[in-house]
Amino acid sequence: MQDFTERAVAFDKLMPLHLQLDTNGCIAHAGPTLRKILADEFVLGRPVSEVFELRRPARGASAAELAAAIGENIHLRMVNGSGTRLKGMVTQNPLADGLLLNLAFGISVVDAVRDYHLTITDFASTDLTVEMLYLVEAKSAVMAETLELNMRLQSAKIEAEEQAYTDALTGLKNRRAMDHLLASALHGEKPFTMMHLDLDFFKAVNDTLGHAAGDLVLEQVATVLNDVTRSDDIVARVGGDEFVLLFSGDLKFEVIDRLCTRIISRLEEPVEFDGQPCRISGSIGIVQSKMYDQPDAERMLHDADIALYASKHKGRACYTLYSDELLENAAHTEPPKGRENTAA
Amino acid sequence: MHGLINRSIQCFIRDSYGAKNWRLIADGAGLGFESFEAMLSYDDSVTLAVLDAAAAELEKPRTELLEDLGTYLVSHPNLEALRRLMRFGGSTFVDFLHSLEDLQERAALAVTGLHLPTLELVGEGEDGLFKLFCASEHAGFGHVFVGILRAMSDDYGALALLDHAGREGQREVIEIHLIQNGYSAGREFDLAASSPQQRSA
Repeated sequence: MQDFTERAVAFDKLMPLHLQLDTNGCIAHAGPTLRKILADEFVLGRPVSEVFELRRPARGASAAELAAAIGENIHLRMVNGSGTRLKGMVTQNPLADGLLLNLAFGISVVDAVRDYHLTITDFASTDLTVEMLYLVEAKSAVMAETLELNMRLQSAKIEAEEQAYTDALTGLKNRRAMDHLLASALHGEKPFTMMHLDLDFFKAVNDTLGHAAGDLVLEQVATVLNDVTRSDDIVARVGGDEFVLLFSGDLKFEVIDRLCTRIISRLEEPVEFDGQPCRISGSIGIVQSKMYDQPDAERMLHDADIALYASKHKGRACYTLYSDELLENAAHTEPPKGRENTAA
Repeated sequence: MHGLINRSIQCFIRDSYGAKNWRLIADGAGLGFESFEAMLSYDDSVTLAVLDAAAAELEKPRTELLEDLGTYLVSHPNLEALRRLMRFGGSTFVDFLHSLEDLQERAALAVTGLHLPTLELVGEGEDGLFKLFCASEHAGFGHVFVGILRAMSDDYGALALLDHAGREGQREVIEIHLIQNGYSAGREFDLAASSPQQRSA
């Protein structure tokens, strides 16, 4: 008998989550950690099937059915509503007639430790649970730091990208952004309209009233262009006094006419600088993606420039829609006066 | 949706259909960037937009794409690390099927904020018939799991028929007919990693 008790103590130490069943499948003994999680429930003498549901193999938990599972992995769930899951193995009990079930929490150990306030002494020292809990905590701590770093880098990246795509003076998109957006508009295969706007007499403002006046004019131009465009249209400052506007959709001629007339008349409203009016205007060249079988960025920008050229030739402060005849005329006309000097 | 999930979709499209198609799809979905960050979270609508754009661009039904994604996740050489993690589920395909019930918790333990569907396996292989119930706030995960299970049955060398059997209530149902657990040798799996697994990005 002494010998039996010593062995039972050894079982409790080595397997704190074990169950011994009698030949009727009733609980004869439970290891100390199992007793702890079963708490007040009076489990000794009760059929194991009243305390645990056998989830795998999916059959009853009678003595015979458990005996059939010897050598297999078994999955149990506590029927007291806690949902606690255990996995383990079944063997014949070497101490007494009946079965021995040795159990473990498996992946649900993190929840079990928290829910049942388990401590290091509730696990055998050969059990790697404590090491696993250590790894989980260490990993979570490191990951929280990494996550925070990721968020910081991400905000910095978004900010840097915005700066890289924005013209600092006017807040409009810059040339790089325009190239990118034009490429995706071409990707999208939806029709769009592109305007190339070049300010008239801007150099005169700069030369007579200074760069501060020029900057003020440019800011006013940005306001005008933002006012006349819709939120999904794109306005970019691509050079000192050059702007590109992208409008989604295949705009009708009347719409283009109304837009350009409005832009030019608003640009011509003088801006006051030091009590002096700054007077400018604008010339516009226009192309539409539908003019091309295979629209490409370089060709469209080039043709918009040809059309802009034609507007300058017509005496400025007007707009021109690109056509192939313009290209032929452009081949034997001089660049309009002042055009080569305006870009910053 | 977690960046890892979004990035999986991106890598699947890139590795299966080419970088050019991925760029078209990213554009079509209006991402405004070319690459998901694995360790950031994105709004669910972003993932749905990518899936819609991919279905349109590649002219494939979304369900078929999701299934191919599942197969890709556990069979492409670039994701050998993921296949290994799945193989930790057990030494046979049946063990593996049972381990799927732990998958959600395992994933959440490994990566904070990674929410996978809750999986429940019903049926015992007497007749070789199982049902896997897949509960998630996002419909479609079931199709991903059909692809994953198909590839994993090969990996384990099991012969199994798999079918997405629609929905029962809020859950998607996958029917698994296991014909032979150890049909062929399957692929090797060693508990010790042979060398640090590099995921190409």
